[in-house]
Amino acid sequence: MSGKERFPVFPSRMAQSLMKSRLKGAQTGRNLLKKKADALTIRFRQILKRIIEAKTLMGTVMKEAAFSLAEAKFTMGDFSQQILQNVNKASIKVKAKKDNVAGVQLPIFESFKDGNTPMDLTGLSRGGQQMKKLRDNYEKAIEVLIDLASLQTSFIALDEVIKITNRRVNAIEHVIIPKIENTVNYIISELDEMEREEFFRLKKVQEKNRKIKAAEDKRREELKEQGLLKEIEAPNLLADQEDSDILFK
Amino acid sequence: MFLDVLFNIDNGYLEGLVRGFKSGILKNQDYINLVQCETLEDLKLHLQTTDYGNFLANEPGPLTVSVIDEKIREKYVLEFQHLRNHAVKPLSKFLDYITYSYMIDNIVLLITGHLHQRSIQELLPKCHPLGMFEQMGAINVADTSASLYNAIIIDTPLAPYFIDCISEHDLDELNIEIMRNTLYKAYIEDFYNFCKQLGGPTEEVMCDLLAFEADRRAFMITINSLGVDLPKDERSKLYPRCGKLYPDGLNQLAKVEEYDQVKMIAESYADYRPLFENVGTNPADKTIEDKFFEQEVKMNLNAFMRQFGFGVFYSFLKLKEQENRNIIWIAECVAQKHRTRIDNYIPIM
Repeated sequence: MSGKERFPVFPSRMAQSLMKSRLKGAQTGRNLLKKKADALTIRFRQILKRIIEAKTLMGTVMKEAAFSLAEAKFTMGDFSQQILQNVNKASIKVKAKKDNVAGVQLPIFESFKDGNTPMDLTGLSRGGQQMKKLRDNYEKAIEVLIDLASLQTSFIALDEVIKITNRRVNAIEHVIIPKIENTVNYIISELDEMEREEFFRLKKVQEKNRKIKAAEDKRREELKEQGLLKEIEAPNLLADQEDSDILFK
Repeated sequence: MFLDVLFNIDNGYLEGLVRGFKSGILKNQDYINLVQCETLEDLKLHLQTTDYGNFLANEPGPLTVSVIDEKIREKYVLEFQHLRNHAVKPLSKFLDYITYSYMIDNIVLLITGHLHQRSIQELLPKCHPLGMFEQMGAINVADTSASLYNAIIIDTPLAPYFIDCISEHDLDELNIEIMRNTLYKAYIEDFYNFCKQLGGPTEEVMCDLLAFEADRRAFMITINSLGVDLPKDERSKLYPRCGKLYPDGLNQLAKVEEYDQVKMIAESYADYRPLFENVGTNPADKTIEDKFFEQEVKMNLNAFMRQFGFGVFYSFLKLKEQENRNIIWIAECVAQKHRTRIDNYIPIM
């Protein structure tokens, strides 16, 4: 049982003060981590909200884009091969950046256009307007898609970090702190125990001393009665009693 | 009149056939039924009651729009090839001319793919079946554009168009769309002259149709190149010079800088003025291209009013293509559940 566990320390005053400082450290650590977890959760909720927004937007944008493809096909017939064979490089590219939230690195994708619009002349003789519309719509769709990808990646990364942080907070709160507290309590109880023992020992010694004294007194009393022992009365220093001269006798 | 009598000796059977095919084109009632479909399966069911019959019967798995598209195209290509196989000169030559436009698309596709080092085997199935030619498979022997021309294009019927319009340098550098349109311009002009030679009802019908096509291209190229980086002299080179706009209208179009000016030019032509009226930019409004399509359909239908001419063959193919696009449009609308604009197809009646 983790509740019963404690650190293997010798119960002493020094160990106690050491444990106390460790307890304090653990508590501040827990508070800090809790704050971090809260900050992350706030961010997490924000991202979640934006993901939902982006996803609903995505639905309409994609639908529109797919429909404009149908429109373009209606005027131009099947043109996909012409486009496919003409492509040589991507015109929208993604740049990855990093954002820092409470010490967590979140990847952020940003789209940017590379060069000018390719294939400006596609559908020159037929369906050029549909083509333009189609291109615009799909550009919009890609932007939303990249946005969503960025959010989703942050979402997963944050989720992981939040889990780790919460685990740490819980570990400190429910394992480390009780353990330290147990140790402190143990040290205190041990020290008290030692104190009590000391006290008891003193008491015992006193009693023993008293007993010895009493026995001594009794013996002397008996001897006195028998006249074996004369009470030597201590001379009164203050009494006017001249000392005999030592030198001039 | 004498010629008309002889017409049926060679072409009477095929003309009868093509008129028969034409009567199989979907009617208004069919479209009304198709528009009401809820799923693609419903659409298939309705198409089965028309001339299309069981064309989707052997398709396994869930039905997609692209499958329908492919099958419809297969059907009219088959019909056209049947006509072509039974044709004798000069009808055979005429039918070949019709296929050249597809050939242009295919060859441009192959050249582009070739420039980007795609494998030919991958590209071939994607070419339009009407524009297939024997030399296509060999296109990968060419590694430079000069050898591409010398080895392959020179043997195709398109070679004269290349000679006239495109220099060796262009084959490498030119924007592929400009190349396509240049070729197409040469093709239309050539086709126009060919029809003129044939004379009789063919000339009357086909020259009208081709003039319309040429003018349509001129208008569209102008409108679509507004806002795009295309020099004006380049643009004017793309206008086919056989329509009613030639020469005054084309000269004016070449100078146009905004849409309203195009409209002004169209004002002075009785044929095109109504097309530019009531054109809006709202999604519900008809676009100028829809208007042109409607006009084209009308002219193609009129072609069937004449007898003893080749115009019916051309018109039949164009109508079939339009019908293909209509069905695909309806199928897309059904598949994407986007019913508000399902009625935007071009009815053929």
